[in-house]
Amino acid sequence: MANESLGFIFLNALVINNFVLAMFLGICPFLGVSGKKDTALNMGIATTFVMFVSSMCAYALNWVLVALGIEFLRLISYIVVIASAVQLVEMFIKKTSPALFRALGIYLPLITTNCAVLGIAVFQTAKNYDLAQSAVYSIGAGAGFTLALLLMAGLREKLDLADVPSVARGAGMTLMLAGLLSLAFMGFAGLGGGGD
Amino acid sequence: MSLLNKEEPLTLDTFVRGIWRENPVFVTVLGMCPTLAVTNSATNAISMGLATLFVLLCSNVLVSMLRKVIPKEVRIASYIVLIASFVTVVDYAIQAISLEVYEALGAFIQLIVVNCIILGRAEAYASRQTVVNTAVNSIGTGIGFTLALLCLGVVREVLGAGTLFGVRILPEQFQPWVLMLLPAGGFFVLAGWMLLIDWMNHRKERKALEQEGATVHGQ
Repeated sequence: MANESLGFIFLNALVINNFVLAMFLGICPFLGVSGKKDTALNMGIATTFVMFVSSMCAYALNWVLVALGIEFLRLISYIVVIASAVQLVEMFIKKTSPALFRALGIYLPLITTNCAVLGIAVFQTAKNYDLAQSAVYSIGAGAGFTLALLLMAGLREKLDLADVPSVARGAGMTLMLAGLLSLAFMGFAGLGGGGD
Repeated sequence: MSLLNKEEPLTLDTFVRGIWRENPVFVTVLGMCPTLAVTNSATNAISMGLATLFVLLCSNVLVSMLRKVIPKEVRIASYIVLIASFVTVVDYAIQAISLEVYEALGAFIQLIVVNCIILGRAEAYASRQTVVNTAVNSIGTGIGFTLALLCLGVVREVLGAGTLFGVRILPEQFQPWVLMLLPAGGFFVLAGWMLLIDWMNHRKERKALEQEGATVHGQ
């Protein structure tokens, strides 16, 4: 598993096993912040950054835990690292762009409970990725998340102008769209060459 | 969402509302990731539901016990550490009980940590209510979550494989609708349930409006 090339890992995380559409990670922000394209893009970038930082920290942490033989503390230490990384990003955004801070609202601290972030840490450990592979994997997954969020936001902006039956104006319609997107992304599965 | 600051009396509603009126999946739309990811068979759905129920119950009871001890500033971090500990317990327990289930659920057992239902209940309920209330409410919410997962799991397994809990229930000639087991199918089935519930709510509202109109007209 661990001898996959960097390019393949990136492509795999970006489209073939897209975190949102194929693996169902990070659905909450996907449904919550995909109303407008700007917000979606910024949310995607913030999440990608958190993913990258926590992936790197998780790699170092795992090395220490294995060296000490206390792997059962893995989950607890990962989540603490992620929570700190989110706090860091939150302070940074608040300082540099208060408008963006308000737009992201509650979803910013909720990156902590975004399963995509913890998912990265758990998967890279399970797949025995080395440092470079982990870095590429987290960036690819973050880019995939951003891509899905952007596509969804574009679709929903168009949908606002369409004449939808009043019953379907809720989460149901959004999920239906997500299903169609996911169906489209299944087309990328062939790129993996049956690897997964 | 109940944002009560006062302790509420223990009533039947404490238990029931998590199942129906505040169903975590269909009404408050929380915990979507496991809902979609592990419901490709009814067995997976029920194991995930029970695992979540266990974590929800244990961590929220502990949160409620410690609610006067945990400082407000670090409460979220404390909750999440408590939750992570119980998830670790569940992770090892499932591995010991059934390796098959463990492999089917995969990383999603560890990802129970970031299930927003648990943190949401801890923040909105357990941090303000007594231990008994919290336990009752957590069990209700957990059952609501399990039932919602089962709703999806049953539909997807029957249509996607023609079986239910691994037992064949549709005739051999039935061509399995494999799409239902794939990620896209999960989205579609959940969307279907949501639309159904929205439609029912709409009808109820319209009926209530009509009745109101009729009485006004009658006077």
